[in-house]
Amino acid sequence: MTSVVSAKSLGLTFPTADGDVVALSNVNLEIEKGEFVSFIGPSGCGKTTFLRVIADLEQPTSGTITVNGTSPSEARVNRSYGYVFQAPALFPWRNIEKNVALPLEIMRFSETERRERIRKSLELVNLSGFEKKFPWQLSGGMQQRASIARALAFDADLLLMDEPFGALDEIVRDHLNSELLKLWARTQKTIAFVTHSIPEAVYLSTKIVVMSPRPGRVTDVIISPLPKERPLEIRETPEFLEIAHRVREGLRAGHSYDE
Amino acid sequence: MSRLDPLLAFLAAVAAIGSLLLPIGFNAQLPVVSWTNVAHLAYCAVVVGAVGVCRMRIPAWLSGIAALGGAVLVLSWLDQFDAAGDGFWLLLTSMWFMAWAFAQRLSTDPGAARKGVIGMLVPLAFGATILVAWEAGVRGGNVPLVIMPAPSVIWARIVANTAMLWADFQQTFLKAVLAGYILGNLAGLLIAIAVDRSPFLKRGLLPIGNFVSALPLVGIAPIMVMWFGFDWPSKAAVVVLMTFFPMLVNAVAGLNTSGAMERDLMRSYASGYWSTLFKLRLPAAAPFIFNALKINSTLALIGAIVAEFFGTPIVGMGFRISTAVGRMDIDLVWAEIAVSAVAGSVFYGVVALTERAVTFWHPSIRAGKT
Repeated sequence: MTSVVSAKSLGLTFPTADGDVVALSNVNLEIEKGEFVSFIGPSGCGKTTFLRVIADLEQPTSGTITVNGTSPSEARVNRSYGYVFQAPALFPWRNIEKNVALPLEIMRFSETERRERIRKSLELVNLSGFEKKFPWQLSGGMQQRASIARALAFDADLLLMDEPFGALDEIVRDHLNSELLKLWARTQKTIAFVTHSIPEAVYLSTKIVVMSPRPGRVTDVIISPLPKERPLEIRETPEFLEIAHRVREGLRAGHSYDE
Repeated sequence: MSRLDPLLAFLAAVAAIGSLLLPIGFNAQLPVVSWTNVAHLAYCAVVVGAVGVCRMRIPAWLSGIAALGGAVLVLSWLDQFDAAGDGFWLLLTSMWFMAWAFAQRLSTDPGAARKGVIGMLVPLAFGATILVAWEAGVRGGNVPLVIMPAPSVIWARIVANTAMLWADFQQTFLKAVLAGYILGNLAGLLIAIAVDRSPFLKRGLLPIGNFVSALPLVGIAPIMVMWFGFDWPSKAAVVVLMTFFPMLVNAVAGLNTSGAMERDLMRSYASGYWSTLFKLRLPAAAPFIFNALKINSTLALIGAIVAEFFGTPIVGMGFRISTAVGRMDIDLVWAEIAVSAVAGSVFYGVVALTERAVTFWHPSIRAGKT
């Protein structure tokens, strides 16, 4: 197995008017190829910041990190990851097809190549037939699926997802979670997934990274023993509940309620 | 249905009855009565009858017909006396209330608002009512021409002088306004992009833009005439100065509206400055840019007309207005005002329609069409 992301004693401090805020401190983490890694923790624990460091949207202040064996900024310029944000961030003046085409246009894919990739990625997220719709004509869940299609379109091996289903209701979220697992199985991608839902993290991941705030740090890394094939019912099995329990314990240990 | 409807209907009926009882006008000091006039009797009968039968809730079509009939009646009376009497003013009032009831009914009806033709009917009816009241007021009240000419007199003047008005329109609008508008907006937009890119320009150029916009038009215009001569280029220069700043400020604000998430998205694609500009920031700025284009469409016309007061060749709308005022040729002034009002409205309308087509995705335009 090769490391897609490798962080060694990574730290990030934001200078603010009220003094420095330590967003990440001494984070050591390996993400292997083909893994589904979830980052879970309360707000302020640095899970999103860590994802943004991988994506070269944030610069670490100490330690080292490599993405695909290179620096994050080289990885970004090589377009080696797709990023899915908390909100769909679709452009309202482009229809779904054109939104998915956006990265392809910027990366100068040929017209025929573009059409083929749009078709494939919309099919992967079950949005075939909605090509000509505008984002504001679709539901929140469909919009987020379109944004996933956009991240898939240029076929980067690494998919970074920052609470992509956080704004959706639980029924839609369950559905999209199982869709995401199927998509992961089909595409063999490496996925880094930020969430603050314990069931979501346990259901999706092969590895769960539990984080805690002030300063943001990793408190536990859990390798999931669950099989790759996961029906939604797996969430009621004892194995599932045991992992969920361990995650909850990890969150509690790292979090003090007395402040 | 609003609570206003019955009141309007009631007032229209009272005024109609009053117009029958009081003298409609005077011919050589002798009163003219209206109860011998069949059309007048018919109008009063329809209004009073409608109020009675419909219990003051007159349907829109009926109040519309009554208002239209009332308008024709008002205008037809104008030729039949020297001076208007109280009956005439009551008739005008009655017709006004009928038209009001009609417009009220249409604009509060949720079904009618959705249909395009009926939606157009309200402003049209309103405009027509004002024209009728204007005509009746000026002619009935024997208002001197210098104070206020009747719409019919202005219209006659427009028809008699189309060639001259067209030449003025060509000089002022098609040359000065359009050239200045295009140059001013283009310069504002390009400078906004430059300002946005460079913090130095933001500090240095925005205050200067602010300064230029604060210069008084009447001060700049003669200087532009010195610089660019008497013909239209000096007016275009004034228009450029007037339109530049609203575009600059709006476009700078617009370029900053795209969200942090969208910019991160473009960064994650390793998108360059220009492709981010054209694919994200300019489209996101479009509503702001069109806002400036709309503001400028009216500013440009005002600027060009006023600028012509400070030296022009012997053609142009501003020139014509300033000389016609000097000759007390007020109906010509009004004719030019009418031409510029129509030109300005059409100009604004074209910009607004383009806006609808380009920024169809913006919530303010797609409202209700999700």
